[in-house]
Amino acid sequence: MSDNKMEVKNLDFYYDDFQALNKINIPLKSNKVTALIGPSGCGKSTFLRTLNRMNDLIEGTRVEGEILFDEKNIYDPDVDVVALRKRVGMVFQQPNPFPKSIFDNVAYGPRIHGLKDKGKLAEIVEKSLQGAALFSEVKDRLDDSALGLSGGQQQRLCIARALAVRPEVLLMDEPASALDPVATAKIEDLIAELKKDYTIVIVTHSMQQAARVSDNTGFFLMGDLVEFDKTDKIFENPTDQRTEDYITGRFG
Amino acid sequence: MNDSRKNFHLEINELENEMLKMGSIVGESIRNSIKALVDKDIALANQVIADDDIIDDYELSLEEKCTKLIALQQPVAIDLRKIIVISKLATDLERIGDNASNIAYKVKKIDQEKLIKEMNSLPKMTDLVVNRLRESLEAFVDMDLKKAKKVAKSDEDVDVFDEQIVAELLTIMKTDCDKIEQGVSLMFISRFLERIADHSTNICERTIYMKTGKMKY
Repeated sequence: MSDNKMEVKNLDFYYDDFQALNKINIPLKSNKVTALIGPSGCGKSTFLRTLNRMNDLIEGTRVEGEILFDEKNIYDPDVDVVALRKRVGMVFQQPNPFPKSIFDNVAYGPRIHGLKDKGKLAEIVEKSLQGAALFSEVKDRLDDSALGLSGGQQQRLCIARALAVRPEVLLMDEPASALDPVATAKIEDLIAELKKDYTIVIVTHSMQQAARVSDNTGFFLMGDLVEFDKTDKIFENPTDQRTEDYITGRFG
Repeated sequence: MNDSRKNFHLEINELENEMLKMGSIVGESIRNSIKALVDKDIALANQVIADDDIIDDYELSLEEKCTKLIALQQPVAIDLRKIIVISKLATDLERIGDNASNIAYKVKKIDQEKLIKEMNSLPKMTDLVVNRLRESLEAFVDMDLKKAKKVAKSDEDVDVFDEQIVAELLTIMKTDCDKIEQGVSLMFISRFLERIADHSTNICERTIYMKTGKMKY
C-alpha cells in the first residue's frame, strides 16, 4: 500500500469560466506535514479546500481530475461529503469558536454525529483538548464561554474541535497568522506533535513557518504547482528559478 | 525584476565587495612576502606582518555581518548559501593572510644571508598561487561554475613546484650542513605557498556549493 494518505492527480479547478488550478499533482504523505506557499491569489487556499470539498459550497465551481483518499476518489458521485469532512478536518485563519462553553465547542462534532453518552463525550473532550495542548490551561473552566479564551487558546480550541471527530487529515489555512509569536510557537509545536497521528496540510504566508513545521512544501503560482519537494530542498536549493525568486523576495 | 527585499540584497552585495577588498589585500601580502625574500627587504616583510592584523579585522567584520544578516533577514536558497559561503571564504582568506605572514617571518629569519640557491622558482610559484587566488575569487563573483571547477583542479601545478623546490633544497642540504637552517626556512616558504593554493581550492569548492547547492561535485 502506498504511503500517500491522499494523492491529487491532474486536478483542474474552475470558478465559472476562470481556471484557478491547472493540472495539480501532489502526493500527501501519511503522517507528514505538507506546506503550501505562494503569493496571494496563487490558488493555494483554493487547493486546500478541494481536499475536503469545501469549494462545493461555492456556486459555479467545477473540478476535473481526481483526489484519491485511501485510493478512493473523493469526487466520485457516491461519496458522502459530510463523512468526508469528518475524515478531513479543517482549521481556519481566524479562530472561530462557537458562542458556547469550551466543553460544548469540542463536543459539538461528536454530538451531531450522534454521540449522546455523557461519559464518552467527556472522554473525547478531554482527549481532544489534550491533543491540542490546551487541556491543562482550561481543565478547571470547561463550562466557561469559549469566547473568554485568548486568541491562541481559541485557535487551539478549534484544533481540539477538529480532532474531536477523529479525522485522519487536518487542513490548516494560515492557522497562526492572527496570533502573536508565543501563541504561534505553541501552534507550531502542536503541529509537530499532531503529525504523529494525523496527516497535515497547511497553507501559510510565512515562509519561515513553512520551513519550520513542514516535511514537504509545494510552491503555487497563478494556479500552477511550480515545485513540490522536501522542505529543506525547497528552502536550501530549489530547482525552479520561479521558486527561488519567490522565496528570496526577487519577485513582486 | 521587482525585488521586494532590495535593501537586504544590497547588503549582500556590500558584503561581497568587502570580501573582495579583503581578497585584494591578501593577494598583495602574498606577493610582498616573496618580494621581501627576493629583495631582502625586511621593512616589506614587517609590512606584511602588520597587514595581517588588517586582514584579521576584515574576517571578524565579515563574520559579524554574516551572522547579523542570518539573524535578522532569515535568508533562504541562494541568499543563504551566498552568506554562508562569504563567511567561509573570509576564514580561508584569513588563513592565507596567516601564511603570507609566516613567509614574512621566515624572510626576517633569513635576513641578509646570501640565498643558498637562486630562487627563480619561488616567484614563479607565487605568480601561479596569486593568479589562482584571483581566479577563484572571480569564479565566486561571476558564479562561474566552469571556472571554479577548472581552478579547483589546477592545484597539482602548485604541488609540482613545491615538490621540485623541496627536492632541490634537500640535495643542497645533504652536501652542506651549514645550509640546513636556511634550507629549512625556504622549504617552509614553499610549503606556505602550497597551503595558500589549497585555500584557493576551498574557495572554488565553496563557490561550486553556492552555485549548485551541492557539497560534492
